Amino acid sequence: MNPEVANATAAVDPFIFGFTVFVLAIFIGYHVVWNVTPALHTPLMSVTNAISGIIIVGAILAAGPTDLNVGSVLGLIAVALVAVNIFGGFLVTQRMLVMFKKRK
Amino acid sequence: MSANMVALAYLGAAVLFILALKGLSNPESARRGNLFGMIGMALASAVTLNMAGVHNYAWIFAAVAVGAGIGTLIARKIPMTHMPQLVAAMHSLVGLAAVLIATSALYNPEAYGIAITGGGLHLSSRIEMFLGTFIGAITFTASIVAFTKLQGLVSGRPLVFAGQHWLNLLLGIAMIAAGVMFCITEGWAPFLVMTGIALVLGVLLIVPIGGADMPVVVSMLNSYSGWAAAGIGFTLENNMLIIAGALVGSSGAILSYIMCKAMNRSLINVLLGGFGGAGASASSGADRAAEDRPVKAGAAEDAAFLLKNAESVIVVPGYGMAVARAQHALKEVVNVLISAGVKVRFAIHPVAGRMPGHMNVLLAEADVPYDIVQEMDEINPEFADADVALVIGANDVTNPAAKSDPNSPIYGMPVLDVGRARHVIFIKRSLSPGYAGIDNDLFYMDKTMMLFSDAKKACEQLLQALD
Repeated sequence: MNPEVANATAAVDPFIFGFTVFVLAIFIGYHVVWNVTPALHTPLMSVTNAISGIIIVGAILAAGPTDLNVGSVLGLIAVALVAVNIFGGFLVTQRMLVMFKKRK
Repeated sequence: MSANMVALAYLGAAVLFILALKGLSNPESARRGNLFGMIGMALASAVTLNMAGVHNYAWIFAAVAVGAGIGTLIARKIPMTHMPQLVAAMHSLVGLAAVLIATSALYNPEAYGIAITGGGLHLSSRIEMFLGTFIGAITFTASIVAFTKLQGLVSGRPLVFAGQHWLNLLLGIAMIAAGVMFCITEGWAPFLVMTGIALVLGVLLIVPIGGADMPVVVSMLNSYSGWAAAGIGFTLENNMLIIAGALVGSSGAILSYIMCKAMNRSLINVLLGGFGGAGASASSGADRAAEDRPVKAGAAEDAAFLLKNAESVIVVPGYGMAVARAQHALKEVVNVLISAGVKVRFAIHPVAGRMPGHMNVLLAEADVPYDIVQEMDEINPEFADADVALVIGANDVTNPAAKSDPNSPIYGMPVLDVGRARHVIFIKRSLSPGYAGIDNDLFYMDKTMMLFSDAKKACEQLLQALD
């Protein structure tokens, strides 16, 4: 990179940006999760299971290239594994949440 | 689609995930929250599929279809008692996927746009890859061990051997050494060695932990799977993955903390293991208890009489109730009492089930309305005003020794104040102590009536006697 173009912002390593987001997200997670009612802790676990399936983004990128090689085959396996989590996680959460009813 | 648009769509997905968790503060908003989560996932996946480097659609959709089919089938069929196993199994999938993605990224960094000109990776990418891979690998095998213990494929008894912790420490150091080697050389050999050690370490970390401590382990692995996802997020320089991973990671950490507190154990203490060989000393304990002190045993008719004439009844369900599949019969009993004008509530100890909140789901499945189900802190002051406390399939979580006997292994554990109710009815098969192998003084109190029976049979008999 041309040093004259590199201003103060551009000099920050992308890791630092990521780390900033990471720390702030932990604070959000901390506050949001303490507000979850204990009665719904099992659905909380199953829905976080589904949400951690977001690594499907990485799996899709790995599986993306046209030619099948070791890299893209590993990616495809990861896509299938994580799809189990996403569909299983959200649907079983839904199934549980429907059961929670108020007194008639 | 421009890189900025992609980033904004990812931001939208991250916000939807936060809303999904926020919805769980209340059963009414939870369903909408879950929908937000689904939309967020669909949005993020759709945007990623539209990115320039992604072709191969036929294969990708085939892989999604396979996973989606299996996931949907499991979600529909799984009995609610098996939720802990399901959650453990899903953690292992996330862990394995994280390892596969990192391996693939090392093999073909161009696909992620993280390669530097002339090939190879930045040092920071290598470090992130190392972290994401080893956390993923440990999560993978540790969750499999947790799954086999919960499913009963192997004994829940802790496997302890001499030098265990030293071996783990040694392996941990070797793993980090291999990881550092990888970060310096970017070689395949140290990467594979590091991953292999992490896989072994995952198994060794969980085998010494007893079946009764599995709620903590499952929560902890929940946390790990989140950190693994965040690690992959760092590797891909993708903020949404980092946010989602951090949310899941902190959620699991908080649940682990709540579970540990409910058992009055420290996380370190649980992880070092060797506690709670499920039912290990149950029989000897029963013999010992039976020979000393007299108990008042009653029939279902006597219990029904007490319940019918009570103004207020608090039901204390434990996992024994779920094992005996008594929740539906119990619900019938409660229905009869409510229509007779008795005020009935359920008291839930945080470790009443096999995972956080498990008992609430089991009761909800049996159509018990959630607004008569209360948490320990909420209901404990109410026992003094209750005419009858009906304990069914629970033991240790009611044991007053946790408050009064400093020598008891469960001393300091928060318990339900069952003994303060005017009458106590215990439905139990025998006088056998709980997993901790401790006798319960409540059995021998004057106001206690023991109803020796299987939980389901007892509820059916109660129902008959109430008619």
